[in-house]
Amino acid sequence: MSILELRDLAVTYRTEAGPVPAVRGVNLVVEAGDTVGLAGESGCGKSTIAAAILRLLPAGTQVEGQVLLEGEDVYAMKPGRLRAVRWTSAAIVFQGALHSLNPVQRVGEQIEEAIILHGSPGRAAARARVGALLERVGIPAARAERYPHEMSGGQRQRVLIALALACEPKLLIADEPTTALDVMVQAQVLELLAELQRDHGLAMLFITHDLSVLTHTCARLAVMYAGRIIEHGASTEVFSAPEHPYSAALADAFPVIGDPGSRMAPAGLAGDPPDPTSLPPGCPFHPRCVHASVQCREHDVQLGTVGADRSVACLHPRSRRG
Amino acid sequence: MGDDDVLQLSDVHVSFGRGSSPVRAVDGVDLTVGRGEVVALVGESGCGKTTLVRSIIGLEVATRGSIVVAGSPVTTRGSSLRRARRLVQMIFQDPSGALNPRHTVYEAVAEGLRIHRVRGDEAALVVAALAGAGLRPPERYVRRYPHELSGGQRQRVLIAAAMALGPRLLLADEPVASLDASIRGEILALMRGLVDDHGVSIVAVTHDLGLAWNIADRVAVMYLGRIVELGPADQVLDDPRHPYTRALLSVVPERRQLDQQILVGETPDPANVPAGCRFHPRCPMVASGEAARLGIEDRCRGTDVALVEIAPGRSVACHAVTPPSDP
Repeated sequence: MSILELRDLAVTYRTEAGPVPAVRGVNLVVEAGDTVGLAGESGCGKSTIAAAILRLLPAGTQVEGQVLLEGEDVYAMKPGRLRAVRWTSAAIVFQGALHSLNPVQRVGEQIEEAIILHGSPGRAAARARVGALLERVGIPAARAERYPHEMSGGQRQRVLIALALACEPKLLIADEPTTALDVMVQAQVLELLAELQRDHGLAMLFITHDLSVLTHTCARLAVMYAGRIIEHGASTEVFSAPEHPYSAALADAFPVIGDPGSRMAPAGLAGDPPDPTSLPPGCPFHPRCVHASVQCREHDVQLGTVGADRSVACLHPRSRRG
Repeated sequence: MGDDDVLQLSDVHVSFGRGSSPVRAVDGVDLTVGRGEVVALVGESGCGKTTLVRSIIGLEVATRGSIVVAGSPVTTRGSSLRRARRLVQMIFQDPSGALNPRHTVYEAVAEGLRIHRVRGDEAALVVAALAGAGLRPPERYVRRYPHELSGGQRQRVLIAAAMALGPRLLLADEPVASLDASIRGEILALMRGLVDDHGVSIVAVTHDLGLAWNIADRVAVMYLGRIVELGPADQVLDDPRHPYTRALLSVVPERRQLDQQILVGETPDPANVPAGCRFHPRCPMVASGEAARLGIEDRCRGTDVALVEIAPGRSVACHAVTPPSDP
């Protein structure tokens, strides 16, 4: 059974200005031990998916389709069951470590609380486990006594990862976990996540706008645009030979240092990501696409297979452009 | 200093606090920026790169050394500071925070013109600046408010506001860090275009080595308040000589062909600069025993090392690269 399965997931926010369709029909499967990267820009719906998996969306948000965690429909769960599933089945690490931690509680106590709430044998055992968790993410156990402000950004992000691991989840959802961090600290945190994945068979859904980070961390990659997955496949292939012109633009956005082709030649994509409340007709990417044809303006193209374990939502994918 | 030099920093120090351990944020920096040149100042948080550029426009006071902008020294008050603040314009990381949400795009650009009493037709100058920053047609943007613009458009407004004053030097602090990947290249191309078309110079403070590869002529790598490697961008990025530069390059996703050298520990503390080479506690060469094999470990631990020119325009501060000076 898959750890996570999204079936035709659609999420529409209710706002004063009217409905905002943030996710428009996403299918995605994460197997045990799988690492899947979800890439895309602000407003493409990737963080909405993270929140939708554990039912963390604002009240009144309309959710259609299904989210299955270990085969169980998250949106059919009773509150007690949902609480049990959060943290034990899947846990989230968010971007801003400072805002996710309680500033007036010692970090050790915050982890301890999560362990006890989810049925630990007792306080002494929980405390011992806090120490072990902190050591596992590379923080000396004695730092459990510290407050969040007494730690650096990298350490706080590690504490959040320890917190997420507190109840031995099978799936870790990481939403831009390294975006606010320095390069060296980012490398340390990525290394830690890779290690956890290797040693504990943790499945991971990794969400970021930085395709190059995902390629390094994830086996599979799904690129999102305007609320849908527009390309999906093995991450090295998606990055090195993107089928969709948008994936190609994302891959080119970060140059390869040492490559003469990108020296003094920043590659960008004209235009801005579309407004989810007024998407262009046809393929939503066509106004920014250099390969757009008349059909692209009329035909709303769906994700289709272009090879073994590779799919793309484009009328003119690279392999057919010749 | 050449006539064309826009900025000359000589032995600049910026310290905070007094007593036994002041914070030595900038600890002796020499750097010259020529006309129409892009210099990327790279390093981790706390390396002093932001403090250094803030000192150029008097937002921090240099406690020692001199800062010369277009031939005249910058002091902390009076007409020399006002002159520097017109000739040197700053572009910040977060365009949303840098724009007043209740001012239109027109006001955002016109404000600087009024403060610096720039002569000429204000409306024409604003429109020309917007067009120059790629907001075309400019008439479509003048009456808009920041919340009606995308992140990339907001950054263009800030660049237009800066360029309207006819600066010689732009100081850009992480100019694309908060932008989406596809917008990033467009803004970098705009910045490089300003340099090539108008001869303005740019000092870009960043931790993004890909940005340096994309637009910089030269790269200065900072560590704990000092420049530890300086040279032409392609040379520094393609053939780094300082172990810190090598480590930085090895961890950026854009340069994975190097063996990863993840430095342990947190970014160092400028209130506690180590003795000897300030990088030695984290240096992979010291940790691996390579420094000992080369017979330089004692110097790494005990002797401070200055930036030394190893080839024309190429300098490194590392005992392994530069021979000991004469006794």
